[in-house]
Amino acid sequence: MNWAIETQNLRRVFRGGTVRRLWRRKSAQNGNGETVALDAVDLQVKPGELFGLLGPNGAGKTTLLKILSTLLLPTSGTATVDGIDVAKDPERVRKRINMVSGGEHSGFGILTVRETIWMFAQFYGVPGRVVRERADRMMDILGLTEFAETKVSKLSTGTRQKMNIIRGFVSAPRILYLDEPTLGLDVAVAREVRSFVRAWVDEHPERSIILTTHYMAEADSLCDRVAIIDRGRVRACDTPANLKRDWAPECVYRIEIPLWTQGGHPLDDLDVVRSADVEHHGDRGRTNLRVILENGDGIGAVTERLSQRGVAALSVSRLEPTLEDAFLNLVGHGLAASEEKGR
Amino acid sequence: MKTDLNTNLRAIWGRAYVRVVGANRELSWLFFEVTLPLLAVFAFALIYRGLHAPEQYIGFVVVSGAMVAFWQNILWAMAAQFYWEKEMGNLELYLIAPVSRMAILLGMAVGGLFMTAIRAAAILIIGSWIFGVHYDVGSWLMLLVVFWVTMGALYGLGMLSSSLFMLYGREAWHTANLFQEPVYFISGFYFPVRSLGSGVAMAASLLPLTLGLDAIRQLLFSGGPVNPLLPVRTELVLLVIAMVLFNWAALKALTYMERLGKMTGRLTLKSQ
Ligand SMILES: Nc1ncnc2c1ncn2[C@@H]1O[C@H](COP(=O)(O)OP(=O)(O)OP(=O)(O)O)[C@@H](O)[C@H]1O
Ligand SMILES: [Mg+2]
Repeated sequence: MNWAIETQNLRRVFRGGTVRRLWRRKSAQNGNGETVALDAVDLQVKPGELFGLLGPNGAGKTTLLKILSTLLLPTSGTATVDGIDVAKDPERVRKRINMVSGGEHSGFGILTVRETIWMFAQFYGVPGRVVRERADRMMDILGLTEFAETKVSKLSTGTRQKMNIIRGFVSAPRILYLDEPTLGLDVAVAREVRSFVRAWVDEHPERSIILTTHYMAEADSLCDRVAIIDRGRVRACDTPANLKRDWAPECVYRIEIPLWTQGGHPLDDLDVVRSADVEHHGDRGRTNLRVILENGDGIGAVTERLSQRGVAALSVSRLEPTLEDAFLNLVGHGLAASEEKGR
Repeated sequence: MKTDLNTNLRAIWGRAYVRVVGANRELSWLFFEVTLPLLAVFAFALIYRGLHAPEQYIGFVVVSGAMVAFWQNILWAMAAQFYWEKEMGNLELYLIAPVSRMAILLGMAVGGLFMTAIRAAAILIIGSWIFGVHYDVGSWLMLLVVFWVTMGALYGLGMLSSSLFMLYGREAWHTANLFQEPVYFISGFYFPVRSLGSGVAMAASLLPLTLGLDAIRQLLFSGGPVNPLLPVRTELVLLVIAMVLFNWAALKALTYMERLGKMTGRLTLKSQ
């Protein structure tokens, strides 16, 4: 059997400093002003699989997709798509793939939705009649039919992204790359897009999708397997369930206290607390703490510390481990924190 | 092979379609893009009238005004096209498609040529009518051949610059803008080239436009004092050479730039 995607010892280095790069995370850059975007990446994606790449900004997700879509050459190592080497035989790779990115502004404002889908399908040699059939069906599923004759320049973000999705799927690629496809979409539209994506993979055993995302829940609920990637390296790769089992600590608590206004959180000097996320709800006069403990016994020390500081624990509940917990353990920080650094 | 050809033909039509419907959909462009060149034509025509220049010079100006349209299209629409489309995110979608990059460029060229032809025809007809230009065509066949070969060379140059600009940004685009006025001047849009001296004329002959324009003038006004640069046949031969050369160079540049871009990571914007 051919893997849908296989990479071996894949590495990509960018050279030359730009002002922009200064804003990126320092850790990705070595002393020569080079950025190691991908390092020793070994991945295998099976036909029929919906595979997720989860990682913070600058992790190398897009770089990997660019290599797999023949837009970028690896610095070393190999990548194959459907058994074909992306560097050696890009033309044959291109017949099998397509790509959609979040927040994409492709197309031309003066064309209608239908024309845009048709135009891009022409680059894949899809006859007009076939485009129409496929597009009609997909527009129907995604609720885009009423916009079929609307000019692209008049579309809202969500509607435009639905069009982009159809644009990518209409060539009936064997392997599809989705780079943060739900970026900037509201909950309802994001859900529609996800179920569309899932159904498309399930419809045919040969179809595969690689999807990058920042959203833990998206990776968790949508993907068959997820690779957690950080600073160019794959830290773990497994089903979401296995990742949670192997990497999520068992002791996550949610503690509600009256609004905490002193900065940080009241448990910041406690050893048993491995990490804590703080969420303030000024309107309700509450602060929520999401606390990860070294072990189950630690909760006693936590409540004790709270009462020492005169903070009432309004509620304490134990949480099921999430993919985010696994991520935190693997990467050493949450996505929110790294996003701040990345900007 | 056959399916590849089919895909490439579809791609040319697909990409050209944008310009073809664009021409119909945004009628305001027609107003500006026809009126502004016409104003320039009027200005020069009136100056020539004032100087009591031979009536044919006014004909030259009108014909030149029509040809300006094609040059502007090359400069504005073709040269910077890949750069703009990279910004929009289209370029990467073209590049991941199983289609020849040349087909995409040809699609742009065909679309641009179509749209510009409407514009040029409008300038020619209105200008000729207002100034009562009298044409005296020696050979229609030759005129058609020269026109198409000139277009082949011009749009070859356009595709070449489009490829060269592929990896570069705004700066390169500004350079193209900077060149616009001097090029009008030395390529003899508004003056017969000879009057600028042969050195300048030779340099300008590098541009297929100069030769094409000169040949077209000779063919359109075969009776009078045209003051030609070179015999039409020689110009045609040079134009054919330019056409082959520019198109060949465009193909080479495209392949080279794409490879360079894949190596350096400049085919796409980084910000994704
Ligand atoms: N064309 C390029 N030139 C130079 N450096 C680049 C280029 N593309 C990416 N990089 C760098 O490589 C690293 C990985 O970037 P990449 O875009 O792959 O990350 P990502 O995981 O997609 O991040 P995000 O979540 O922000 O989209 C970053 O440090 C980035 O600055
Ligand atoms: Mg990215």
